[in-house]
Amino acid sequence: MRRILFLAQAEVLHIVRDRILLAQTLIVPMVQLVILSNAATFEIHNTPIQIVDFDRTSASRGVVNRLAANGHFDIVDTTPSLDRVEKRLLDGSITMAVIIPRDFEESLVKTGIAPVELSVNGEKGSAAGIVQAYATRVLTDYAAGLKRPALPGSIGRVLVDPAPRIDVRMRSRYNPTLNYKYYMVPGILVALMTIIGSLLSAQNIAREKELGTLEQLNVTPITRGEFIVAKLLPFWVLGLIELSLGLLIGTLVFGIPVRGSLPLLYAVAAVYLAVAVGIGLWISALVDTQQQAMFVTFFIVNIYLLMSGLFTPIDSMAPWVQTVTLVNPVRHFVAISRAILMKGAGPAEIAQPFLILIGSAIVVLFVAVRQYRKRAA
Amino acid sequence: MTALHGLLRKEFFHIRRDRRTATVLVALPVVQVLLFGSAIRTDVDDVRLAIVDPAPNNVTLALRNRFTAAGLFRIVAVVARTEDLDSLFQTGAAQQAIVFSHDFATDLGRGEPAQLLVITDATEPNTGSLLQAYADAVVSQWSSEAGRAGPFGPASSINIVPQVRMRFNPTRASSNLFVPGLMAFVLTIICALMTAISLTREKETGTMEALLVSPLRPWEIIAGKVMPYLAVGFASLLLVLVEARFVFAVPVRGSVLLLLTEGLLYVLVSLAFGILISARTSSQRLAMMGVFLTTLLPNVLLSGFIFPVESMPALLQWISFIFPGRWFVVIARGIMLKGIGLEYLWRETLYIAVLATVLLAASVRSFRERLE
Repeated sequence: MRRILFLAQAEVLHIVRDRILLAQTLIVPMVQLVILSNAATFEIHNTPIQIVDFDRTSASRGVVNRLAANGHFDIVDTTPSLDRVEKRLLDGSITMAVIIPRDFEESLVKTGIAPVELSVNGEKGSAAGIVQAYATRVLTDYAAGLKRPALPGSIGRVLVDPAPRIDVRMRSRYNPTLNYKYYMVPGILVALMTIIGSLLSAQNIAREKELGTLEQLNVTPITRGEFIVAKLLPFWVLGLIELSLGLLIGTLVFGIPVRGSLPLLYAVAAVYLAVAVGIGLWISALVDTQQQAMFVTFFIVNIYLLMSGLFTPIDSMAPWVQTVTLVNPVRHFVAISRAILMKGAGPAEIAQPFLILIGSAIVVLFVAVRQYRKRAA
Repeated sequence: MTALHGLLRKEFFHIRRDRRTATVLVALPVVQVLLFGSAIRTDVDDVRLAIVDPAPNNVTLALRNRFTAAGLFRIVAVVARTEDLDSLFQTGAAQQAIVFSHDFATDLGRGEPAQLLVITDATEPNTGSLLQAYADAVVSQWSSEAGRAGPFGPASSINIVPQVRMRFNPTRASSNLFVPGLMAFVLTIICALMTAISLTREKETGTMEALLVSPLRPWEIIAGKVMPYLAVGFASLLLVLVEARFVFAVPVRGSVLLLLTEGLLYVLVSLAFGILISARTSSQRLAMMGVFLTTLLPNVLLSGFIFPVESMPALLQWISFIFPGRWFVVIARGIMLKGIGLEYLWRETLYIAVLATVLLAASVRSFRERLE
């Protein structure tokens, strides 16, 4: 036990002594948390659009006014030129063009039906889909409003009441204001914790190998298990400190909800960090140089980030990728932290991913201890 | 020039001698693009739906069937009370729930508004609002068709039909959007990492002294460190492009030559960034942490590769301008999806070129300071 503490103390001194490293591990991540949490959003506001009104009637102007009043759109151009649309879509200065054909009003009055073309810049990805949905909604609402005598010559038809209807009410559970930050802050916090913990641990033993100090440790009476535990402990504590700082910032700056039990979250975090740091140490015992450690960590950290449901939902991934993500500890920890913080989930609801994490911790630590050999190969 | 030649040879030896690392450098981006290209999608399908139906009958069953018939929804649970939904949502077993009121069918039959509650797990707001839109569409389509069919009276009569043309990506394939961005992400980090430790390693192992007393001038040392990796980075770029084209079937509508040139420029700017970090830090550990912290998350979050730049607060949009990844995403998508050339992309290109020059000049300078 004393041996573990001595070695752990040495590790702590290594971090605390180096001012830049200390800033990198504590201050930079928190600054990133504050800044980057604002970046991750698919929210649409002030989308630049162009309107091409070939009709120029009261009905078409009605469409234009509705789009302008909607708040999601910013009409940057009303030039009635399709060439202009093409150019603007190509240079990316508009996300969508709304093209109202020449006989729009006439067609509405005569047949009750008229097309409007929405040319969406598909390059904008999911923003394109949402913008198109908003525009469609504006058009449908406008058409519904036209049943009142707003449209000349259609009075006979307006009396028809679309009588029996279904009163659909929407409720957004857990995030009624659809605030992206509530979703992203816990995610980014987990990401930062994981990056720091994995990086520091992964290059740790490799560094001792390069500097030759590992030889000195090898001749001490410390056992393999003690060695790994002593290496793990400082980074594990560091991770918990990062988590606490981040939660503090999350609740104070972003007002993220804490609906579940914090002790439960810390219990899960304790197990999770053992896995994350354990993987780092395993890599470190495996490779020969810090450079190799860095590339392997880079690979693993990328998988942590992009295949964990942090930024894009697991449900959207290709089926075989979803299966692969089951071995990703970040996936489970991200899901658990969001469930505890936002949904108020208790032990029963998070049991399955938690058990996977506990299992991973046992396997990872066992493998890490096995990997570290006291004799040079 | 012979001194530079010597340094170049030495760097190439370093790369060649360490086979494992060299393989990793070239193969890593390819593997990552393969994995993440299949992982990063935002399509929503196979929605796990729960139903709360206190009084099941023909009408509610018809609407329930309508949801499953669309192919998008899968009913995972039918429960009697709204309270039973909590644990379904908390474990993630259900993403959305349709709650029928007790008198749903009776109200509809009498011509009174029938109450239907749609509860959506909005933890992730984007999916949440998409799910709401989908459910809304299913219900309104069902009710308008049921209306036309008779029992509920005539349907509404004025319709504006939006005809949507999804330009540049008509099939809305996620891979077309994310693979070009992914290329930028993977290349920038691996390139910055490659050079990031090249100078600090010499410092740590003590060989820096040897370089300092050699007749090499600062710019020659920087060039000698960058050029071999430029070749490695370019090889990765080629492989990744081949993969994008043939594995993910991402089109290249514009000039391939232009795409390669822009790619090379982007590789250069990333290498230059790594070199600068390397020249300014004293240990490999600091250099590594520096690169990871400055490239990893900012490149995911601020480059527009996943989250649109337009949606960010104005201040963050300004910050995003600093990152070359943000510009390369525009360039790669522009050339690959839109088929546009330099006449549209010259600003982005110019910026990356200027940034590369500035970074290299700064590396040479901070290296020279160290010499004196």
